[in-house]
Amino acid sequence: MPPFQILLDEHAADVMAVLRGAVGRTDAEDCFQETFLAALRAYPKLDDDRNLRGWLLTIAHRKAIDHHRANGRRPLPVAEPEDLAGATAEPELDEGIWTLVEALPPKQRAAVALRYACDLPHAEIAAALGCSPEAARRNLHEGIKRLRKELA
Amino acid sequence: MKLALRQLTDRAATEGLLDVAYAIADSPFGPMLLATTPRGLVKLSLPNYDPDETLEELAARISPRVLEAPGRLDDVRRQLDRYFEGKLTEFDLPLDWQLSKGFRRRALRAIDRIPYGRTRSYTEIARSAGNERAVRAAGTACGANPIPIVVPCHRVLRSGGALGGYGGGLPMKEALLELEGVLGRLE
Repeated sequence: MPPFQILLDEHAADVMAVLRGAVGRTDAEDCFQETFLAALRAYPKLDDDRNLRGWLLTIAHRKAIDHHRANGRRPLPVAEPEDLAGATAEPELDEGIWTLVEALPPKQRAAVALRYACDLPHAEIAAALGCSPEAARRNLHEGIKRLRKELA
Repeated sequence: MKLALRQLTDRAATEGLLDVAYAIADSPFGPMLLATTPRGLVKLSLPNYDPDETLEELAARISPRVLEAPGRLDDVRRQLDRYFEGKLTEFDLPLDWQLSKGFRRRALRAIDRIPYGRTRSYTEIARSAGNERAVRAAGTACGANPIPIVVPCHRVLRSGGALGGYGGGLPMKEALLELEGVLGRLE
């Protein structure tokens, strides 16, 4: 395994951006600490170092979900397949856009972050946000629409 | 982000997740990498070594939980600064010897006892480490010293007084001996 500092140097900013999107600026700090402490705990026993960024973002997404759950939003049981048709029509997001994502209303912001940064399907976004898959899709859609307008 | 990262290293240390803390420190010879475990100073990498390689080595040999945490090396840095200014003649630092084993560790322990401004021969070190004939091995132990300067392998010379070798390069060995007032006496 590479020295853990390399993971911090290369991915800390992305993890923070994703968490700001998923839970908002204030709570992102806590989730950031929880994410990297969990990563440090597990790191020596990790046996595959090919996708450390993906590994970190997965932990971040779990911490974001934990956070939403702890905030009292009960997740709904959902088992719907991902809306694949929607995914192809949505724009590619890069790192620079996260400042715009941060400015979105909380639910839209979280939906966008969970979809694009954590790569969650709609059903899981709904579970994370404690809303119906339709509401998750709507929030995602509204968020994307708003971002498109700002970028235009 | 800086604050978040500092909080992270602090919490990692509190929760026993910071196995190797490191810092880059300036010296008259260039930047050196210092690394400590919870037990003590484990590595001092001289300016002519690649810090990235040193970090890889520490990750492989001690633990991959390697984090930059300069605060954990403040005391080491202060003592080194004073040493380079000629104001400190004995380091008072906990050391972690885990990177050296067997004969090499015994040789390095013997080297650690050489007082400031004094020298020993490779033969004397070999004898102190328990095998007077292992002079070459004593030289190798010096070359493999994970904590040079603090464990003063620059104070080990050839029997006739010739400088021998130094991981940081002979000019650095000469400069350290000069700082300690040894070179004048040798000439």
